[in-house]
Amino acid sequence: MITDWSPARLDVEGAILEVVRAPHPVLATESAPVDPLDPEVIQLAADLIETMRVSPGCVGLAAPQVGVAAQMFSLDVTGHPKTRTCHGVFVLCNAVVVEASRNEKAREGCMSVPDFTGDVKRATRLTVAGVLPGTTEPVTITTDAFEARALQHEIDHCNGKLFLDRVAGAHAVYPRKTYQ
Amino acid sequence: MSQLAVTVIGPDRPGIIADVTEALVGTGVNLEDSTMTLLRGHFAMMIVCAGPLDEVKAALEPLRGELVITVRTMGPEHRHAPLGAPYMLSVHGADRPGIVAAVTRMIAAAGGTVTDMSTRLSGGLYVLTAEVELPPTAELEMLNRALEITAEELGVGVTLRPAESDDL
Repeated sequence: MITDWSPARLDVEGAILEVVRAPHPVLATESAPVDPLDPEVIQLAADLIETMRVSPGCVGLAAPQVGVAAQMFSLDVTGHPKTRTCHGVFVLCNAVVVEASRNEKAREGCMSVPDFTGDVKRATRLTVAGVLPGTTEPVTITTDAFEARALQHEIDHCNGKLFLDRVAGAHAVYPRKTYQ
Repeated sequence: MSQLAVTVIGPDRPGIIADVTEALVGTGVNLEDSTMTLLRGHFAMMIVCAGPLDEVKAALEPLRGELVITVRTMGPEHRHAPLGAPYMLSVHGADRPGIVAAVTRMIAAAGGTVTDMSTRLSGGLYVLTAEVELPPTAELEMLNRALEITAEELGVGVTLRPAESDDL
């Protein structure tokens, strides 16, 4: 169960890593699948959580954003006003979208693209399959609203895509006015 | 090398962007911000780029005729500090003169600024969408009421809503 999982299970200290910015090539690279039992993967999972935790407003961080082309990301949408269903804090390896429906458009920003925001259509009902680091059992997450949007944004990162690849029109990218 | 403002407008046809930007590339110009759109059958471009004024003018000369082209130098980049939170303004209703003037006057009176706007007319329907920045001191409730009163006088509908982005 994903809700039973916690970063403490990784049993390693997370380090704060530098977040890379576009046009860094790793952000446009399709990441390789990972072995969730590999100690390096477990360390990276802890690092992703730690880096996400210290970055203001950050609800998700994918491995390519810290310069590693690996299929994994951390997520935590707890307490965000647009969150409905919430699975707490977790890292997911080798995640794929199984089912997606009910698209809605909203404006997204990304730590790796700090100067722009963009309108992106994403499914608001979503099922994702993946593996938790340190385990071998596949888990599925069925969620909605903000957690669904965040999952799709992070899975995109793992596939070398930014929100800029999905904007909803020729005039749907905006200069960001403030960024904390 | 100075910063240039290039504007181009003319009846739409395939290849306008390719023609103009090819001519610019030939002078070593680097395109920076631009916006281009089709306005009632006319293709309109506004480009800010860095390049040599006289060479750019000369390079675009052969395209003049069906295209109305202006090239001029601009001062250094001027960026005002962000005023405050971004909002989306939309107005729609039966067309009549004065809608844009009245609505944008309300925004200005509240200390706000329009950072992006487009309007479309189709048949009798007029549609305005704008990105607006409002200072934290703006009286939102007063502004909304003022907009509503203006909209009623104009016979249009108006909505102003926050355009916050979600950081992922």
